[in-house]
Amino acid sequence: MTQSGAFPQGMITQVHGRAFTLRGDDIDTDRIIPARYLKCVSFEALGDQVFADDRQELAGAHPFDQPEHVGARILVVNGNFGCGSSREHAPQALMRWGIRAVIGVSFAEIFYGNCLALGIPCATATPDEVVRLQAAVEADPTLEWSLDLERGRCQNERAGDWEVRLDPGAREMLLSGRWDATSQLVAREAELNATLQRLPYLNGFHPL
Amino acid sequence: MSSGTLYDKVWELHRVAELPGGSTQLFIGLHLIHEVTSPQAFAALDDKGLAVRCPERTVATVDHIVPTTSQARPFADPLAEEMLSTLERNCARHGITLHGLGSGRQGIVHVIAPELGLTQPGMTVACGDSHTSTHGAFGAIAFGIGTSQVRDVLASQSLAMNKLKVRRIWVDNQLSPGVFAKDLILHVIRTLGVKAGVGHAYEFAGPAIDALSMEERMTLCNMAIEGGARCGYVNPDQVTFDYLAGRPAAPSGDAWERAVTWWRSLASDQDASFDDEVRFDAAAIAPTVTWGITPGQGIGVDEAVPTPDELQPSDRPIAEEAYRYMDLAPGQAIAGVPIDVCFIGSCTNGRLSDLKAAAAVARGRHVAEGIKAFVVPGSEQVARAAEAEGLDAVFRAAGFEWREPGCSMCLAMNPDRLEGRQISASSSNRNFKGRQGSASGRTLLMSPAMVAAAAVTGTVTDVRSLVATDAVSG
Repeated sequence: MTQSGAFPQGMITQVHGRAFTLRGDDIDTDRIIPARYLKCVSFEALGDQVFADDRQELAGAHPFDQPEHVGARILVVNGNFGCGSSREHAPQALMRWGIRAVIGVSFAEIFYGNCLALGIPCATATPDEVVRLQAAVEADPTLEWSLDLERGRCQNERAGDWEVRLDPGAREMLLSGRWDATSQLVAREAELNATLQRLPYLNGFHPL
Repeated sequence: MSSGTLYDKVWELHRVAELPGGSTQLFIGLHLIHEVTSPQAFAALDDKGLAVRCPERTVATVDHIVPTTSQARPFADPLAEEMLSTLERNCARHGITLHGLGSGRQGIVHVIAPELGLTQPGMTVACGDSHTSTHGAFGAIAFGIGTSQVRDVLASQSLAMNKLKVRRIWVDNQLSPGVFAKDLILHVIRTLGVKAGVGHAYEFAGPAIDALSMEERMTLCNMAIEGGARCGYVNPDQVTFDYLAGRPAAPSGDAWERAVTWWRSLASDQDASFDDEVRFDAAAIAPTVTWGITPGQGIGVDEAVPTPDELQPSDRPIAEEAYRYMDLAPGQAIAGVPIDVCFIGSCTNGRLSDLKAAAAVARGRHVAEGIKAFVVPGSEQVARAAEAEGLDAVFRAAGFEWREPGCSMCLAMNPDRLEGRQISASSSNRNFKGRQGSASGRTLLMSPAMVAAAAVTGTVTDVRSLVATDAVSG
């Protein structure tokens, strides 16, 4: 049973914890959570099902099955991570397993947005930086890392200090707590009504 | 920065407010929901004590989990039954129209909304499904969203969004006989790559696009997301208006002429500026087949699986993985590869014109020995129209199974799945490892006509060599 701890909430300025890597480009959402596990009306069980097919194929050798990675919170990946579906089950599965931040070369857009909507930062670094970081992370799975979203750094005292980037809008949302979008959106009732009044297809197509 | 494009115009019109942090609150004109990505969103709404803001702008159907054989309730799969029951309860509670099984209007969400006239030019359309880009075919800004965003749209009929760049994909000349919109989009994705469109909306334009029917434009826009572009669209024109005229949710009477006038004004201006443009020659495109494990690994049916030195260095690792997984060798011709299962359907290619194109190939022929082939109409309306034309009889006589509407074997959320190492010829949109329900199953994406050609020969076959091509031209 995965022990993920409390889900992200409020202002997110940093993520602390152990890290591990998942190597390879174009890791798609059908691998992160195979579609047969999407038949659920609640997200609760998804944490156990993350990377189910890859883990079965590697018969215990998969990074998500390594005992030394249990409880780790930071995942380091390569390029186009999370490509494929818009389904939020993929970031939900990662979050419910225990991941609280992902660092990689690049992320698929919908996946990136879905992670942000859950309060999970996806930070990027250059391919060379990622390769070096992955090597440092793999060299010692017990290291505690600090991902500082304000300063844009991922660091461990002994292993080193990496510059990481976040899209400025995403960064602001995480730092301010405004990544939880619903309350912001429902607040603007007056502007919403104004929009409803002006859209032609909602008003018999009469000229604006 | 783009300006004067349809994307710019529709974006401006739907801007509710600017949010702290630089995102825009964007009104969603049409919210489509289905049984997979809505349950948790409704649950989150309850947790926050919120109501659905605009139930009249929300339309539901059931598609991903329905069996395409017996659709009797309760479903044999208790989870599928729970998902549909939950959707039914949520729609009833909140006053949302649900086009359910047996309603006459049920089907794949991206098939039913257009055919009901719900999708219209100038709207923003959102749905918890990445192939929502399909609706861009009408000159709408349409995109997929995650479950948290479904919650936001339910709560506020709007979303926090960042504006995309706009890339124009200009296609000269015309598609050749036997070559369809599916081949065009697979060709675009193989050329530009699966990541090229990230951060962009794709405007498809040019003479080849103008000549496409609405259903072909939907196929094209459907797979924009597979090229990384969350939105893909075509400017509305007379083809669009003729399609919409008379449909249940389309404007009528005095409103119709006003609507058409407004819709025309939405098209990108002659002097619109785009962030960039890429040009293609439709006449140079052959029937295209994906050979690997991403939609970008497409080749002409007359080509061979690329060798590593024919690929960009960054594309080589995934090609190596694909050779092994697919059990195809670099340099191997794709034509002649034997297949096991043939699937015609999906939100990409499950509409009447798709079935007609496949039936034209199947007519007078028979599914090859040992091949399982089945046809899944995209909606109840498509099924009835196909049956009225006798297409079901053509398919059955040729040895295809004729099924009930649903997402079927596009993805493994219902009983239609590959088994073991089976390899499919499929008119769907994704070929990722395990996509079609078996952890070792293999998928070759192609047009419906090409799937039919594979079914009757037992191998990947150039459909143009099978039939008089004027019988199949789109």
